[in-house]
Amino acid sequence: MTKQEWPLYEVFIRTKAGLSHRHAGSVHAPDDQMALSNARDTYTRRSEGVSLWVVRSDRIVASDPAETSAFFEPAEDKIYRHPTFYDIPDGVENL
Amino acid sequence: MYTQGLDQGGRDQQAAVETAEQLAAFQKRIDAEEKIEAKDWMPEAYRRTLVRQISQHAHSEIIGMQPEGNWLTRAPSLKRKAILLAKVQDEAGHGLYLYSAAETLGVSRDQMVADLLSGKAKYSSIFNYPTLSWADIGAIGWLVDGAAIMNQIPLCRCSYGPYARAMVRVCKEESFHQRQGFDIMLNLCRGTDRQKAMAQDALNRWWWPSLMMFGPNDSESTHSAQSMAWKIKRFSNDELRQKFVDVTVQQAAFLGISVPDDDLKLDEASGHYNYGEIDWQEFIDVIAGNGPCNQQRLDKRRRAHDDGDWVREAAQAYANKQAARVAA
Amino acid sequence: MTSDETRIAYTLRLADNALVLAQRMVEMVAAEPELEEELANANFALDYIGQARMLYTHAGQLEGKGRSEDDFAFVRDEHEFRNLLLLEQPNGHFGDALVRQFLFETWYLHLLDGLIACSERGLSEIAARAIKEVKYHSRHSSQWLVRLGDGTELSHERVQASLDDAWRYTGEMFAADEIDVAFQREFDGPDLAAIHKLWRRDVEKTVAEATLRLPDDDWMLSGGKQGRHSEHLGFLLAEMQYLQRSFPGATW
Repeated sequence: MTKQEWPLYEVFIRTKAGLSHRHAGSVHAPDDQMALSNARDTYTRRSEGVSLWVVRSDRIVASDPAETSAFFEPAEDKIYRHPTFYDIPDGVENL
Repeated sequence: MYTQGLDQGGRDQQAAVETAEQLAAFQKRIDAEEKIEAKDWMPEAYRRTLVRQISQHAHSEIIGMQPEGNWLTRAPSLKRKAILLAKVQDEAGHGLYLYSAAETLGVSRDQMVADLLSGKAKYSSIFNYPTLSWADIGAIGWLVDGAAIMNQIPLCRCSYGPYARAMVRVCKEESFHQRQGFDIMLNLCRGTDRQKAMAQDALNRWWWPSLMMFGPNDSESTHSAQSMAWKIKRFSNDELRQKFVDVTVQQAAFLGISVPDDDLKLDEASGHYNYGEIDWQEFIDVIAGNGPCNQQRLDKRRRAHDDGDWVREAAQAYANKQAARVAA
Repeated sequence: MTSDETRIAYTLRLADNALVLAQRMVEMVAAEPELEEELANANFALDYIGQARMLYTHAGQLEGKGRSEDDFAFVRDEHEFRNLLLLEQPNGHFGDALVRQFLFETWYLHLLDGLIACSERGLSEIAARAIKEVKYHSRHSSQWLVRLGDGTELSHERVQASLDDAWRYTGEMFAADEIDVAFQREFDGPDLAAIHKLWRRDVEKTVAEATLRLPDDDWMLSGGKQGRHSEHLGFLLAEMQYLQRSFPGATW
């Protein structure tokens, strides 16, 4: 049979309950179960996590850097979405 | 554990499709301290420089497991055995993080490993020296990791995001490596005469190779200027080497062992230590493959890789079968 | 045999198992088939070194003669070691080492389960910590056995041979001698006959999933638990103990 490299997986760790999972790095593994094991053995050696996600890197759908301006810049002028846009008179509290 | 001024090699040619505007825009981002991410546009030479440097760095971690691994079965106490194993394991982990960072640049781990095994890719010259006594494990932690840290901390701010992030993790994990090495040396130096002699002998053998880890003198370092401009590199080889000498000489004095350099002398005016001439011929020889252990290190890596063939294939074959069963 | 002697002897057997296995695993460093497996092997070996340290320290405390973990590990002779023969066998290839791990850990997991419930407080506490580690190892080694057994033709053949070779060392795990019997009686310790049934059930299940054949219960080798070892242990100890032997009394 032809030699295949084990596929690449991206690893996400929840460092403690209450926080969201965050990208930590990647591992190679032949299947999902082993990807989970490899992620555990590689990225949680110093008690870094309480929960792990792994996902095949080739299954991630990503935005294209060439389209960055079209994707993200239109949000930049919607400053009225941010609370700092509004002047609140002195004396008004709890708002 | 380490990256070094191994970045010699032919000058990269600029690919024809890169326009002056693209290059200028790229440099502007770098100058503004923006991070470059995997899918961003980048000059081909920048990409190749990074692939070379990151993969050399990864290979160094992997080969670097061997000289220390050599003493795992003979560590003198259970505590030392556990610490050393944790450290050698970290090196495997760091190799893994670094290969992953290089993979974001479109080169596969398989390809990088093939380049290492064929002798095409380089790794740090320091790991081609033998570990002959337990004190060598102390000396490696203290000197080699000490030199490595000087090199690596600036890399946490490297312009390429995935490399910088990998280095943040590496540096965080490595913070105990140098200390455990110094701790081994300290125990030996406070021990019996034979133990102290062992420590002195290790310093004698590892001092000069450690200084070589910073790479050629600035005047000889071919890629330094471009790497500095791209913020892949932030300090020159000689700057880092001087910093290393200044701190390490004082630590040796504390241990009560002497640095094997008759020319070593504090320059009162600058506050820096002057040190003797490095034997660059030895450096060149070791890089060229003629160090005491080059052959042995690569042979062991090749053997492990070949012996693992059937295992990797079996795991893949099983995964393929499982996928087919699910599909059926 | 006093009941203190019983629990010290029992503890040292467990400690020797952990240490000798750890030493074999340490020999595999930088020779694993893939980088990720390096990380796993080192994690598991670190777990066993940790267990050995806790167990030796516990034995030293029970004994009360001031012997440290390192005194037990580095200055006892071959015949004083009481580990299972299975664990001192040379690593061989990845499949050999994996089968050793699988057969031992499937047993060890049930043993630890029994120890948690025993009345020897120190051992019960150590077992409660160790079982978490070994549960994870066992998952890993079982999965790998299935991958190799049901992988390629070559891997199937190789790991079947590994299983056939290692089988003769498994009987010793269940052959209760006077120390096992006394520990069970006096400290409500594990019942090896009951563990044998559980082990058999678990091993059969994984071996079947791996499409492998369970070897016949032919002649079983034993003696490790009584200090009668194979030739391999002497070399393992000579290497491991060399610095302590060569620098008597030195600190490191």
